[in-house]
Amino acid sequence: MTDTPVLSVRNLVVEIPTRHGLLRPVDDVSYDIEAGEILGVVGESGAGKSMTGNAVIGLLDPPARITSGEILLSGQPIHNLGRSALRRLRGKKMGMIFQDPLTSLNPLLTVGEQLSETIREHLDVSHDQARKRAVAALEEVGIPAASARINSYPHEFSGGMRQRVVIALALCAEPDLVIADEPTTALDVSVQAQIMALLKRLCRERGVAVMLVTHDMGVIAEAADRVAVMYAGRLAELGGVREVLTNARHPYTDGLMASTPLASAGLKRLRQIPGAMPRLGALPTGCAFHPRCEYAQDRCRKDPGPTIDSCDGRAACWFPLATDRKEEAQA
Amino acid sequence: MTDTPIPPAPPSRLRRAWESDLFWSFRHAPVAMASSFVVIVLILGAVLAPLIAPHDPFSPGTLNLMNGFTPPGQANAMTGDIFLLGTDDQGRDVFSTILYGMRISLFVGFSAVLLAMVLGVTLGLLAGYVGGWTETIIMRIADVQLTFPAILVAMLIFGIAKGITPPEYRDEMAIWVLILAIGLSDWVQFARVVRGATLVEKNKEYIQAARLIGRTPFSIMLRHILPNVLNPVLVIATISLALAIIAEATLSFLGVGAPPTKPSLGTLIRIGQEFMFSGEWWILIFPAVTLLALALSINLLGDWLRDALNPRLR
Amino acid sequence: MLAYIIRRVFQSALVLLVVGLVAFSMFSFVGDPIDNMLGQERTQADVERLRQTLGLDQPFVVQYWRFLEQAAQGNFGQSYRQGRPVAEIFLERLPATLELAFVSGLMALIGGISLGIFTAIRRRGTAANLIMTASLIGVSLPTFLIGILLIYLFSVELGWLPSFGRGEVTRVGGWTTGFLTTSGIKALILPSITLGLYQMTLIMRLVRTEMLEVLRMDYIRFARARGIREKSVNFHHALKNTLVPVITITGLQLGSIIAFAIITETVFQWPGVGLLFINAVQFVDIPVMAAYLMMISVMFVGINLIVDMLYFAIDPRLRVDRTAGGH
Repeated sequence: MTDTPVLSVRNLVVEIPTRHGLLRPVDDVSYDIEAGEILGVVGESGAGKSMTGNAVIGLLDPPARITSGEILLSGQPIHNLGRSALRRLRGKKMGMIFQDPLTSLNPLLTVGEQLSETIREHLDVSHDQARKRAVAALEEVGIPAASARINSYPHEFSGGMRQRVVIALALCAEPDLVIADEPTTALDVSVQAQIMALLKRLCRERGVAVMLVTHDMGVIAEAADRVAVMYAGRLAELGGVREVLTNARHPYTDGLMASTPLASAGLKRLRQIPGAMPRLGALPTGCAFHPRCEYAQDRCRKDPGPTIDSCDGRAACWFPLATDRKEEAQA
Repeated sequence: MTDTPIPPAPPSRLRRAWESDLFWSFRHAPVAMASSFVVIVLILGAVLAPLIAPHDPFSPGTLNLMNGFTPPGQANAMTGDIFLLGTDDQGRDVFSTILYGMRISLFVGFSAVLLAMVLGVTLGLLAGYVGGWTETIIMRIADVQLTFPAILVAMLIFGIAKGITPPEYRDEMAIWVLILAIGLSDWVQFARVVRGATLVEKNKEYIQAARLIGRTPFSIMLRHILPNVLNPVLVIATISLALAIIAEATLSFLGVGAPPTKPSLGTLIRIGQEFMFSGEWWILIFPAVTLLALALSINLLGDWLRDALNPRLR
Repeated sequence: MLAYIIRRVFQSALVLLVVGLVAFSMFSFVGDPIDNMLGQERTQADVERLRQTLGLDQPFVVQYWRFLEQAAQGNFGQSYRQGRPVAEIFLERLPATLELAFVSGLMALIGGISLGIFTAIRRRGTAANLIMTASLIGVSLPTFLIGILLIYLFSVELGWLPSFGRGEVTRVGGWTTGFLTTSGIKALILPSITLGLYQMTLIMRLVRTEMLEVLRMDYIRFARARGIREKSVNFHHALKNTLVPVITITGLQLGSIIAFAIITETVFQWPGVGLLFINAVQFVDIPVMAAYLMMISVMFVGINLIVDMLYFAIDPRLRVDRTAGGH
């Protein structure tokens, strides 16, 4: 793939002024997503995953705001666009899927009304055409008897079906980028796999770039092509899903993996990372992870936080784990 | 002397309160500070009325009918006396009647809210914690009462109470009847909020734990649930105080409240209204402004308190 | 749905029965009306005769039954004070109150809802903050004070509008209306503002709170994330969801306009049922008080029923069978 990536985030910083000082929920984050690629963004709650997604789509809640860095959509900068220009891009060029399908649909409007409105907002089509497209969109996400169900209200669908409707809504104006914020967290386990498979299929077929925000390593392992690990607002590690999952270089990723029960990992004892992620207002000096890191050395405590670029290009760590060393530690 | 470092003394209670979020937002809300200043000044004026008031408006000996209708700040044409805010038809100093009137308004307001709060919190806790028939009965009564405006309920209670008390005691009883009427008309808000919060709290683990170790329902309600509902109760109490003062003024204005022998701000406005057309505006305007200042600053305080204790609603 | 309506009607009847009991208890427990009706120079024969005319010599249960029977037919006996049938007095006074309530209700509704939406959408704007501060003054100003201040300004100082009464009224059948004459309309202005202003501020603050609540919902974020334009997000997606809770309270607010009319009518000497009631309270004229109580509760119960019907029209979740819902 030689063309410009669909989404390109460059040194993005999001700040929130509070009475205790300036917080940086997103600090110097950079990554690309190519067409048809799924980038998984993982981390504990409060690591800045969702905030990054909101910044990209331009829905940061004030007083949070982008203070530096760039967001390029298909090579065009969008972080400095005005409100209405950004609105026209939302839905048309980038869509978003939220966590809870129960609350992301307007309870008082039929599914068809919500779909048609979105389609007519972005595509120049007649009322009837919009309706046909809406039915097609529902069929595509696997809603049976779509032409009849289009007049139903959200409460008449089950949770899994509702998330399908949400996906149809996010994709109905054919965006190039979809930000999926914990799309399966609120669903039953049996439904989760179906929804992920659906999302994956639609992206592959349409060549949509997906930013998949989740705290679930299992979902990442199953769906993502590449993975970005976030810790305390910064990128800890960024790389291909296979490499990162099997050969973590950042001690945090390593700890995250070791604490996740993955079917493929066999019968290994689960470990846990000691301590908790620091609050944004009380970040330690040096590498934000050093108080919880078993490999921490003097440099980690004193030097300003490492970035991926200033280290080995994959993990933001002064002393990335070598493959052999990791095996040693496990033995 | 040893080198053992002395551990820093734990901050005093006052210090901690001062540094708490609530006071932080208080110190950064000029409106809240200004309105609490007004409230404090007015309350002090009312409490210290016998010391501050230049005249005792209710002792007939000090009154001089010749002083009637003296405009504010001017010397009376016949007696040469000067009154800060003027005098009414009977020569009573308006400033003094306002101070004494505020005493009655505030007394009725505070007592009525206290009554409503005690009643509402108790019934709300009971309904939420005990459930079953107790809850159904209490909340049904609350629903029915809520369908009627509080002022109407208060009027009915006042009317009935007036019917029951013998005519010769009516003036004396009027204040207590007012408190009863306003208090009884205002308990529902407290009960509903406390019941709601109780329902939420009672299923939490720590309540279950308290029950398991054998605490009595009474002590659980008092020690564990009550502290959790204090914030909303405080907000409602503040707003209710403004409402109660307005309700008292309204009833008194309508002539079904404080009697002319013991005038509250509402009674004073009722009296003042009669002289509005003949040009003696000060008899009306000064009590009216006082009432507005009192109600407005308490409302502003309540509004701020609600926002400060419930940041989500900002 | 029919079952739901029937249940609501049944509940309403129960409320009316309870209110009826309160009203009747007033008859039986509160004072001796004879004291209020006859002066000092009364003979024992006078007292007995009046007692019989008013039915006060009957036992409690008989009186209660008679009260219910009569109340159902709109007969609340004779006013202790005026010595005329209560129903007759009410019919005479009702048009004045209803016209006043109608005009101020309309004002409160239109003004309250539009200002509420405005202050919610522009919640960080200067204008919205000004309106919110002004509304707090509105809530803190007792209705009677608004009335007095309006009279002082527009009647005493400026002399533009009348300070009391209904002006010239026209008789249309059994109804008297002030809408048809200039003086009648002029007389309506100040009382309507007085009565409507407080309700308007309440409705406005309520609409604002609910709207802000709705604007925080996920489906609003999702609508924004789909690029739906602000106008549609605010008025199509948010407003519709705001309406459900707003209708409840607004309905009750409109009902309480009738009750609050008592204050306005007193200030403006408006010849409606409110003024009648306040005089009844002062003179402990129990039949009038009881009839007023019943009238108000019938109105409230009626409004409640209408509000419930409106729910069905707005919220599709209520239209389905309750057993099929849930998750």
